[in-house]
Amino acid sequence: MKRAEPMTRDARQLRLKRAARRWFAALWPPLVFGALVLGGWEAGARWGGLDPMMLPAPSEIAEQFRLGFDSGLYPQHLGVTLLQAMIGFVIAIFAGVGVGALISASPVVERTLNPFLIAFEAMPKIAMAPLVIVWFGYGIWSKVVLAAAIAFFPVLISTILGLRACEPGRLDVLHSLGASRAQLFRLVRLPSALPFIFSGINVAVVFVLLGAIVGEFVGAKAGLGTLILAANENLETARVFSILALLAGMGMLLHFGVTALRQRLLFWAGPQAGRPTA
Amino acid sequence: MTAIDDRRAQPVGLNQPREGSPLIAVRELSKVYPTAKGERVQALSRINMEIAQGEFVSLVGPSGCGKTTVLRILAGLIADYTGDVSVSGKSLHGPSREVGVVFQDANLMPWRTALANVLLPAEVLGLNRKQARARAQELLSMVGLEGFERKLPGELSGGMRQRVAIARALIHDPAVLLLDEPFGALDAMTRDTMNVELAAIAARSQKTVFLITHSIAEAVFLSDRVLVMSSRPGRIVEVIPVELPRPRGLDIIADPGFAATVLRIRRLLDGDSASALPSIAH
Repeated sequence: MKRAEPMTRDARQLRLKRAARRWFAALWPPLVFGALVLGGWEAGARWGGLDPMMLPAPSEIAEQFRLGFDSGLYPQHLGVTLLQAMIGFVIAIFAGVGVGALISASPVVERTLNPFLIAFEAMPKIAMAPLVIVWFGYGIWSKVVLAAAIAFFPVLISTILGLRACEPGRLDVLHSLGASRAQLFRLVRLPSALPFIFSGINVAVVFVLLGAIVGEFVGAKAGLGTLILAANENLETARVFSILALLAGMGMLLHFGVTALRQRLLFWAGPQAGRPTA
Repeated sequence: MTAIDDRRAQPVGLNQPREGSPLIAVRELSKVYPTAKGERVQALSRINMEIAQGEFVSLVGPSGCGKTTVLRILAGLIADYTGDVSVSGKSLHGPSREVGVVFQDANLMPWRTALANVLLPAEVLGLNRKQARARAQELLSMVGLEGFERKLPGELSGGMRQRVAIARALIHDPAVLLLDEPFGALDAMTRDTMNVELAAIAARSQKTVFLITHSIAEAVFLSDRVLVMSSRPGRIVEVIPVELPRPRGLDIIADPGFAATVLRIRRLLDGDSASALPSIAH
């Protein structure tokens, strides 16, 4: 098979140079665009008369960001929001894959659950937030439940699709050996479905943050959602912006985390395997 | 007179069937499929065949004649049929450990290395891990893949993947190797090479081999006997013994006996106008 020839120094340097050039080519357009927008915004805020209650200057937002971290306020509340989101994430994955496996294993279960799942999916889950707070209180668990409820469906649907898409030829191999249903699931169906499941997980990881924040808006003792509400009431718009930036960064980190995990687990599948074709 | 009686009257290939105890015995096998419209389609009609221990037998026929149905019944993938099918004297209604199957697609698990793919049946059947591992190594060398144990299927060529599938089919030491158009997806050159290899593997492993193919030349090249099927309903119309010396190399296609046998089968399948094809891949 292909084996890399031992490279000479020159060849290695050339390769590094090419890689650097590629990075530069990919990075400069968004960097320039971002700098232009931020620069224009800053200039507008300083000299253009932008209302700081509507659009505070980026420098002001950055200052709030620094203050939030220096005081330890942001890390503390970020920890709460993240904890809620992550517990909800794990629950959504296990419940989504579990129910998906049950549904694709048994037509009776599928027929029984289908109308209820469709109804539950059609309902905007965040409308349940006040009720969930009544049921589970102001602590973290109401937020966990809300996050899990929202993130459950992308995982469930991608699991069902993935288990259905299993190549029949792979199953024939196991059937011809008299494999049990459990063996079929463990050795063929589940690994075959993983690329699909991961595309659901990619959506779920963003949804759990959404669920946690909405839950915190409706009723919570701590979390970034409560900080946003408090800052908003005090008309500290720069502060609101700084928390939004923090949430955006958080969401991106989680997304990259899932992508990294996917590459570890799905080393055998192409980067696009299991993605819904747009 | 039926085709089967015909065969008995004639000399069979190199491996003379042992009297009285065929490894595979199929008697009066019929299979009806219900269609979506509620009609019933007769896929197989009263198939009779016997395959002796160590024999290499091919089944040829046009697309849709039901040859794959015969193989799937032998592989235990279709359990509802009428008639009797037995392997090693045991009546067959479902999967059997006596059988190893190679499908048209290699159907390897892309997340498993070549070695782990070969070991898959051993895991399913709960065989001794250590012994299975050693045997898997041996089989991979036998199919010419020594040094590729840790490669993923995605890193292997089509021919290599099919070699892994052959090794996988042999890991639990089945009495019979069933092959369903195993090289149909490969290019002609690779296919010729794989056929030579398959003949060598069959000889070395001393397995009984049952091959489904639509390539007459391939069937003649590899087999001791060729069963010729026709469609609607699928039935065996003729059994052709192949009396060519072994081991056979690719140059056997120049042998007049080879061409004559190919032509004879070709005529059975589609009338007198056909001529023998020069490559064993067609």
